[in-house]
Amino acid sequence: MRKSKRFAAIALVATFGLVAAACGDDKTATTTTAASGDTTASTVAPNADLKVGLAFDTGGRGDGTFNDSAARGADQATKELGATVDELEATTAEDRQPNLETLTSNGDGLVLSVGFAFGDGLAVVAKANPNTKYANVDGFYPDAPENVTFLSFAAEQASYLVGAAAALKSTTGHIGFIGGQEIDLIKAFEAGYTAGAKYINPDIKVDVKYLGAAGDNAAWGSPDKAKEIALGWYADGADVIYTAAGGSGAGTIDAAVEAGKWAIGVDSDQYLTAASPDQQKHILTSAIKRVDNAVFLTIKAFKEGTLKGGFQMFDLSNDGVGYATSGGYLDDVKDKLEAIKADIVSGKIVVPTKP
Amino acid sequence: MSESINESVDTAVSKLQRLFKGSGQQSVLITLASSLAAVAIALVLAGILLWATGKSPFDAYSKMLEAGLTNDKLLETVQRATPLIVAAVAVAIGFKMNLFNIGVEGQYLMGVFWAAVVGAYVHLPSVLHIGLIFLVAMAAGAIWAAIPAILKVKKGVNEVIATIMLNTITLSIIDWLFQEKFRHEIPGQLDVKTKLLPTTAWLPDLVKNRLSSFVFMALVVVIVFWLIVYKSKFGFRLRASGANAIAARTAGISSNNMIVTSMVMSGAIAGLAGMTYLLSTSHAYGPTRPEGYGFNGIAVALLGRNHPAGIIVAGLLWGFLDSVAGPLQIAKIPQSIVLVIKAVILLTVVIVNEVVGRRVAKRTADRTAAQLTLPVVAA
Repeated sequence: MRKSKRFAAIALVATFGLVAAACGDDKTATTTTAASGDTTASTVAPNADLKVGLAFDTGGRGDGTFNDSAARGADQATKELGATVDELEATTAEDRQPNLETLTSNGDGLVLSVGFAFGDGLAVVAKANPNTKYANVDGFYPDAPENVTFLSFAAEQASYLVGAAAALKSTTGHIGFIGGQEIDLIKAFEAGYTAGAKYINPDIKVDVKYLGAAGDNAAWGSPDKAKEIALGWYADGADVIYTAAGGSGAGTIDAAVEAGKWAIGVDSDQYLTAASPDQQKHILTSAIKRVDNAVFLTIKAFKEGTLKGGFQMFDLSNDGVGYATSGGYLDDVKDKLEAIKADIVSGKIVVPTKP
Repeated sequence: MSESINESVDTAVSKLQRLFKGSGQQSVLITLASSLAAVAIALVLAGILLWATGKSPFDAYSKMLEAGLTNDKLLETVQRATPLIVAAVAVAIGFKMNLFNIGVEGQYLMGVFWAAVVGAYVHLPSVLHIGLIFLVAMAAGAIWAAIPAILKVKKGVNEVIATIMLNTITLSIIDWLFQEKFRHEIPGQLDVKTKLLPTTAWLPDLVKNRLSSFVFMALVVVIVFWLIVYKSKFGFRLRASGANAIAARTAGISSNNMIVTSMVMSGAIAGLAGMTYLLSTSHAYGPTRPEGYGFNGIAVALLGRNHPAGIIVAGLLWGFLDSVAGPLQIAKIPQSIVLVIKAVILLTVVIVNEVVGRRVAKRTADRTAAQLTLPVVAA
C-alpha cells in the first residue's frame, strides 16, 4: 500500500511537470492570436511560391522582446510580400534540429531560425539540403555552406548610444548595468554601454551585475532579482540603470518607479510595451535590436533572389539597431546622440564588443 | 520456533518471487492491459479536448500517423527514445528497490559534463576513447547518486528530497565550472561550448544525421538491466528488499547495502543518458544542452512498469509523440496536445494501477482470511 501511494505521488509530480509545460505553451498560443490580430495595413494576396519557415527557440512568440520581434517581421512579410509563414516552436533542446528538418521537408524555401542555439542542428540540416536557404538570428558557426545566412546585430552600438544618453541624463555621475546570462552576447551590451557613458563623462561610475551564469535560463526571467539589485543601486546614488536580461528587465522598471529614477529597456521599445503610464514615466529610452527588420529584409531578399550567404550585419547604418525616443525624455540631448550615431556610422567612433 | 520463522520467511520470499518474476501470467496481462487502457483513455480524453476547442480529433490523429509513420520520423522516434529508455532504466533500478531517484536529471548532466571535459583532453584509439568516455560518464553519475544514498543510509534523509535538491545544485556547479574553467571560445560564435571532442570519440551514425549508433548501447543497457534484476541473485535481493524491507532484512539481506548499491547503479546508468547528445550530435558540452531526460525517464519507467520490454515500448511511444509535435504545429494543431496526452497517460496509469492493486490486494486478503478463519472455526 505504502509503495503504491508513493508511486502515485511520484506520478503526480511527473504529471504536474508535463502539465506545467503544457500551460506554458497555451500562453504562447494566446499571444499568437493577439499578435496576428493587429494586422491593419493593406495585405497582399498570398504568394504560393513564397513559403517561409520560422523556427522559434524555446519561449517562442509572446516573450515580449526577442522572439516577438522576429514574429513581427514575419507578420510584415505575410502582409506586404504575401509570404506563407509556417511557424514551429521548440519545446525542448532536442526539437531544434527536427524542427528545421520538418520545415525543410514541408517545402519551405527559406527557413529562418531564431537564436544561436540552433547552430548544431542548422549545420547538419543546411549541409544536407543545399537547395533550401537558411537564415539564423544571432548565430554563427565556422565553415558554413553558402545557403546559410547569419543575421547579426551590433547590439554594442545601440548600447553605446543609450550609455551616452544615460551619462547625459545622470545628475549623480553614477549609473548601472544589469545583464542576464554572463555570455559574450550580453557582455557586448555592457561594453557598448560603458564605453558610451565614458565618452560623455570619463569619470562616471558604472555598476555592473549579471543575474546568472551561461546556461542559467532563470536569468532571463527573474524580475525580483533585478529589482533587488536596482533598488540597491538607486539607494546608493545611481540614477539610470540599463538592463539586458529579457523578462528580468521588468524588475528594474518596477524599481525605477519606486525610487523615482530612470530605467533603460532593451531589444523592443519598452516604453511602448510598458505595463502602465506610471512605468512609462521612468523609461528613459530603449536600446532596440530590430530583429523584425532583419527578418523582413531577409524574406524580402529571398523573394527577390538577392539573399546572400554568410554574415549579414544589422547595425546603426541600416537601422538594424537603434535607440528609442518614445516619451520625449531625450529631446534635449537628441542632437548630441545623433552626432555620436553619425560618428559611429562613419567609423570615427569604434565601439568595443568586450568589456 | 526459529524453524517456523524461517519457514514463513521462505513462504513470503517465494510469494514475492512469484509476484515479481511474473510467474502469474495473469499479472502480466493485467499490467499490459492497464497500460494499454491508459494510452487509449488518454487518446480519447485528448480527442475530446481537441473537439471542445474546435479542432477535429480525427484530423489531428490522422496527421500524427501520417507524419509520424514516414521513414524520417520513425528514425527520429528511435533517436528521441534512446536517451529516455536509458534514463527510464536508471529510474527503474531505483523503483525496484522502492527508491525514487528523481535525481536522474542531475546525474546525466554530471555524466555529460565530465565525459565532455575528460574526453576532450585525452587521445586514444577510437574504441578505447569511447569506452573511457562511457566509464567517466557512468562514474560521474554514480558518484552523484551515491550522495543521496549515503545521506539516506546514514542520516535517514528522504532520497526524493535529496535528489531534487541535488538537481538544482548540479546546474549551479556545472554552470560555474563551465563558465570559469572549461569554456572554449571560437571567435564569432555565440554558442560557446567546452573543447570539442577529438574525432576518435565521435560515435558513428547508424543512419546519417538521423540515428546514432548509441541506440545499440541503450539496448545493451536494457538487456543488462533485465539480466541483473530478473536473473541474478543480486536482482532477487533487490526486488525482495524493495517489496518488503522487513521480510528481506529478516532473511539476511542488508537493506542499507541494497540502497547504496541500487542508487549507485541507477546513477551509473543515468550517466549514460546524455551520450547521444555528446558523442553523436554536439561533440561537446554547452549551455544549449538537452534537458528533461530525467523527468521524462520517470514517466517512461512508470508507463513501462519498470519492465525492460515495457520501458522500450513506452520510450518509443514518448519518442513518437515528441517527433510528431512539429508537423502538428504546422497543421495548426496546438502541440500542447502532445503534452496533454502524455500527462493523461501518466494519470491514468496511476489510477488504473491503484484500482487494480486494491482489487488484487482485497482478493488476496479475503482468501487469506478465509484460510485463516476456517481452522479457527473448526477448532
